[in-house]
Amino acid sequence: MSKRLTDIICPFCGTLCDDIEVEVSDDGKQILEVYNSCAIGSEKFLHAQSPDRITRPRMKQEDGSWKETTYEEAAKYTAKILCDAKKPLMYGWSSTSCEAQSTGHMIAEQVGGVLDNTATVCHGSTLIAMQDVGIPSCTLGEVKNRADRIIFWGCNPAHAHPRHMSRYSIYSRGYFTGKGSKSRKIIVVDPRPTDSASLADEYIQVEQGRDYELLSALRAALRGAQLPDKVSGVTKEKIYEIVDILKGGRFVVIFFGMGVTHSLGKNHNIDMAIALTADLNNYTKASIIAMRGHYNVTGSGQVLGWQFGFPFCVDLSRGFARYNPGETSSNDLLMRGEVDGCLVVGSDPGSHFPIASVKKIHDIPTVCIDPHTTPTTAVSTCHVPVAIVGIEVGGSCYRMDNVPIESRKVVDPPAGMLTDAEFLGLVLKEVNHIKGVAE
Amino acid sequence: MNTVTITIKKQPDLFLEADCFTPDALAGKKADEIAELPVFIGKTVEKIGDYFTVSGETGPTADETRLVFNGDFTKVKYIGAKMSTGEVVLNGDADMYVGSWMSGGKITVNGSVGHFAATAMSGGELNITGNAGNYLGAAYRGDWRGMSKGKITVAGNVGSDCATFMTGGEIEIGGNVDVHVMTHADGGKVIIHGNAKSRLGGQATRGEIYLFGTVDVMMPGYVKAGETELTIGGTKAVFTIYDGDQGERHPTRKGLPIYAKLYLKK
Amino acid sequence: MTSILIKNGFVIDPVQGIRGDKMDIAINDGKIVKNLSNPDKTIDASGMVVMAGGVDIHSHVAGAKVNVGRTFRPEDKLQSTYAPYHGIRHMAGGTSVPTVFKTAYMYADMGYTTVIEAAMPPLYARHTHEEMRDTPIIDEAALPMFGNNWFVLDYLKRGEMDNAAAYIAWLLRSTKGYGIKCVNPGGTEAWAWGLNCLSIDDPVPYFDITPRQIVSGLMEVNEYLHLPHSLHLHSNNLGNPGNYTTTLDTLKLSEGIKPNNNFGREQVLHHTHIQFHSYGGTTWADFESKGKEVMDYINSHPAVTCDIGFVTLDETTTMTGDGPFEYHLNKLNHLKWANTDVELECGSGIVPYVYSKDVYVCGVQWSIGLEMALLAKDHMRCYLTTDHPNAGPFWRYPRIMKWLMSEKARNDVLATMKNEDKVRDRSTLGSIDRELTLYEIAQMTRAGPAKALGLGSSVGGLVPGMQADIAVYPYNPETESDPEKIEWAFSHAKYLIKSGEVILNDGEVVSNGNKKTYWVDVKTTPNRQVERDIDQTFVKYYTVNKNNYEVNEHEFMKNPCVVQIDAIQ
Repeated sequence: MSKRLTDIICPFCGTLCDDIEVEVSDDGKQILEVYNSCAIGSEKFLHAQSPDRITRPRMKQEDGSWKETTYEEAAKYTAKILCDAKKPLMYGWSSTSCEAQSTGHMIAEQVGGVLDNTATVCHGSTLIAMQDVGIPSCTLGEVKNRADRIIFWGCNPAHAHPRHMSRYSIYSRGYFTGKGSKSRKIIVVDPRPTDSASLADEYIQVEQGRDYELLSALRAALRGAQLPDKVSGVTKEKIYEIVDILKGGRFVVIFFGMGVTHSLGKNHNIDMAIALTADLNNYTKASIIAMRGHYNVTGSGQVLGWQFGFPFCVDLSRGFARYNPGETSSNDLLMRGEVDGCLVVGSDPGSHFPIASVKKIHDIPTVCIDPHTTPTTAVSTCHVPVAIVGIEVGGSCYRMDNVPIESRKVVDPPAGMLTDAEFLGLVLKEVNHIKGVAE
Repeated sequence: MNTVTITIKKQPDLFLEADCFTPDALAGKKADEIAELPVFIGKTVEKIGDYFTVSGETGPTADETRLVFNGDFTKVKYIGAKMSTGEVVLNGDADMYVGSWMSGGKITVNGSVGHFAATAMSGGELNITGNAGNYLGAAYRGDWRGMSKGKITVAGNVGSDCATFMTGGEIEIGGNVDVHVMTHADGGKVIIHGNAKSRLGGQATRGEIYLFGTVDVMMPGYVKAGETELTIGGTKAVFTIYDGDQGERHPTRKGLPIYAKLYLKK
Repeated sequence: MTSILIKNGFVIDPVQGIRGDKMDIAINDGKIVKNLSNPDKTIDASGMVVMAGGVDIHSHVAGAKVNVGRTFRPEDKLQSTYAPYHGIRHMAGGTSVPTVFKTAYMYADMGYTTVIEAAMPPLYARHTHEEMRDTPIIDEAALPMFGNNWFVLDYLKRGEMDNAAAYIAWLLRSTKGYGIKCVNPGGTEAWAWGLNCLSIDDPVPYFDITPRQIVSGLMEVNEYLHLPHSLHLHSNNLGNPGNYTTTLDTLKLSEGIKPNNNFGREQVLHHTHIQFHSYGGTTWADFESKGKEVMDYINSHPAVTCDIGFVTLDETTTMTGDGPFEYHLNKLNHLKWANTDVELECGSGIVPYVYSKDVYVCGVQWSIGLEMALLAKDHMRCYLTTDHPNAGPFWRYPRIMKWLMSEKARNDVLATMKNEDKVRDRSTLGSIDRELTLYEIAQMTRAGPAKALGLGSSVGGLVPGMQADIAVYPYNPETESDPEKIEWAFSHAKYLIKSGEVILNDGEVVSNGNKKTYWVDVKTTPNRQVERDIDQTFVKYYTVNKNNYEVNEHEFMKNPCVVQIDAIQ
């Protein structure tokens, strides 16, 4: 007899669906089927069963081959490279629990590390914009229950956050939105006619890299100012029309993604979108929400925030915390050659960083803590496979709207495997030992 | 005024943070005392003397102290940071934070500087014969109080995000400038002799930009408001005036809104 | 655990009526004891003041909006030295919104041992608890917000007190909350549509209920549940000229309600940051103090307590569950504005603010807080807070003590104000020569708030049997006359003992302590109706499943300390 586990949290994207059901074998060791999740989420659960999973830490040999080692030895090695480095980079943290992050931070405090998460190549620009102008926002339930005007700007939930539309935004039915998608007008702004754009009532094809100007024009139009005939490839008539649609709504929400966070101007695009949202509150109610990617990148920012006061790019090297993206951001540190040791936890810079950064990761001693083999493990000197958070161990995670949800354990990890929090605990012990700190 | 000369003799393996490279910190110290002062590479604390030769003598006060730096300082941060008086001359290129948070005195760079030079500058003078990186004269992250006073001159080109949240003072750029000039400014003046790309004065409420060259894309919220003949940076020319950013809230004087002004040379 | 004898200090303990007598205080096994023969440690407190550990009844130190305040203000970290990692001390930074570590160390430096996080959005409860868990030393508890909660609005509208009580008990248990907080009743729900409730009779859109009904109903439910603390209220119309009438209307709702609890609490309503609610005038131009009118009411009504929310004249970060207020504040100062509306429950806003002594409104706000505290007749019912960080950061408490204890110190501040005459003209502060005693300060900062929280039998005093939370301040009340010394001494406790453990030894942090977190578990009569309502509402309107809502006590709380109550009818 198999059994059905309910209320499971999907550890994939920032949508952090918490209604997943998983069928597991009677002995609780095997995941048989996954219900309610999107295709990506199902795959994440089922992939945990993969027979070729690496289950023990391994060290790269001089000839480039791997040699299996113990968690204890791997922890010793990790502690040593972090203690030896003058300025170690401790990057990732977005696909792990807040508990593991917290342990990592205690290590960083002692070894003078730079703590950075995947926001650095994702919504870090959103965080910078927030620091410049704030952010009027709300939880996703407010969108579900109230929103009647929804803008997707530079994001494509149909592919990146598949269940977002049904759970929260387009199709969900709430207290004041009983007719679901019929209660709402959907606007998609994107240079490409994406699959999400095909769901929109209004699709605005903005000229690539000119989001800032278009957002500015919307703000000017909102104040009744005159506009040039065309802005960012959009006619002024269309801009006034969009403004009327927004002003005519009772509750406007803007969702935005990597299309604006990492195109020309980065944080300034978000800054302007936030300013537009704030302005709309003079006429109606409006909120703005970032489509955060990794399921717990938001949590990493939160834990860094309450422990050190900054949400990413936190440089502890001098014994106190400093923050300045452009200097203390992973890619700047790697490409400029500011760091001499690296720990990667729960993310894959090997896939997402520019090649110059990846080369640097390759050239310095790097430990990668990751359940899977990734391009990053390939350029690391030590790979520590761990249990998968949200599947093989629970822990605290934060949804894209900062709502904290405790993820659950579904099955045991392969025999003898540690969780990343446990492994980092071993590293912390070793660091304490090297530094002569009493525990 | 007494002069101390600091010459780099060894390049650091990583980057070196020299918070004390200001007249304020070094005044009244002898060369051998200066050589003993700490500099930082990551978490390690090293001595100035390990990387630099120090000669000459400081004045009894910062006011009477001139620091001359010779060599390649592209791996050295914070030269002249937080200085309030005295003089710094840098013969060579430097890394980030040259003259950041400076409130007075004079820095001359015969070379180029990295990012974040003159962050939140509140007084004094910074002259650069080469180029400057991004965030020249910008506010620190999150602060609404950017450069408020003082003068920056750059003979060459300047990177992006120049004069963000500027509230006063002046920046004169001999060459070209990258995107985002005077974003969120609420005062101050930026003169650009070369060309600009886009996003001049975005979200600015007050302040003035003078552009002698071309701009690729104008902000949509700038509206033509006449023309005028002016002498700017020693050059006389006719400028078209634009008022903006119309998308932004603006303070009023006698019931009329005050705008940021963009002057484009005709 | 070690036994400690604190010898020869000037002991001040309003709980026992001790007013500076030279006495010894003995500690054994975490508690205060009558006497001790062979102490493991002796602290010589001669020439110093000994008080119970401070109790902060209202402070924003943990949770979602506090963390927005931290992360969206990197520049706040530049306003003070970021203290480096040192021994057992974590690195500690931030100015108006310190990190959890700095929060703990600065409270410890002031001799505080208990702090109440005053606004916990239920949906974000887990976050609040994670921060409290990571905050060393101080004992904490958090108050979930109820004044805009859909269930509460619905039940109270229909007068279903049993149902409201059953729901509130369920929510306290789910969120591991300590009591009933109500912020801008109805107004924050209205703000979800961009509206507000400015008087107690403004109807809440769609819910057909008024703030009057919400406040009265929550007071009633609070006593029905026999909670240790009373309703903790931030009333409507905060921060607006002329709001004192709303405040008086609200306070009057407490008349006729009787406290019903086993915790020694005597009030039925705690009105928080009353300074922000005691404004006269019609605009900022004719803005003036109505502190006297409001304090007169409180003085004559023993079932009401208040904390002040003193303006400290600093650059700070305002943050409140009063979403519409922050929006309007942002319209005044045009700095950055963050807002989070929370589905079915509440909301919050955050705006940095600079209280400048050169701006007359700020000067008047500063005056009102002090005026009210000096007009208060019973400091067991009037507490020292800054509504941290709204009116100023908590680490300014010692400066407020100085102002309260020295007319000269107050006049020195007034004299530096650009609009001194105008400021003096708009409140009665200048005519008050009262100087509070250390005894009254002890009432305002430990004995009083502990009693109002229903914690009076274990903290806030030095009675044998109570938890050994004790602060020793380097201040000699017999010889000291310089008011500056007050501020210095109360920011630099020489010794701090928490639950019998030495935290500060000779001013140095020697332990991160063994903090605990209080929460309240009320048993109510099983209520199928409410259970069904909760189930259905989660399915239909929440975006989190009900089974993922409850905060797991063992994962998210350090030393949970549950207060069990039986309210089965």
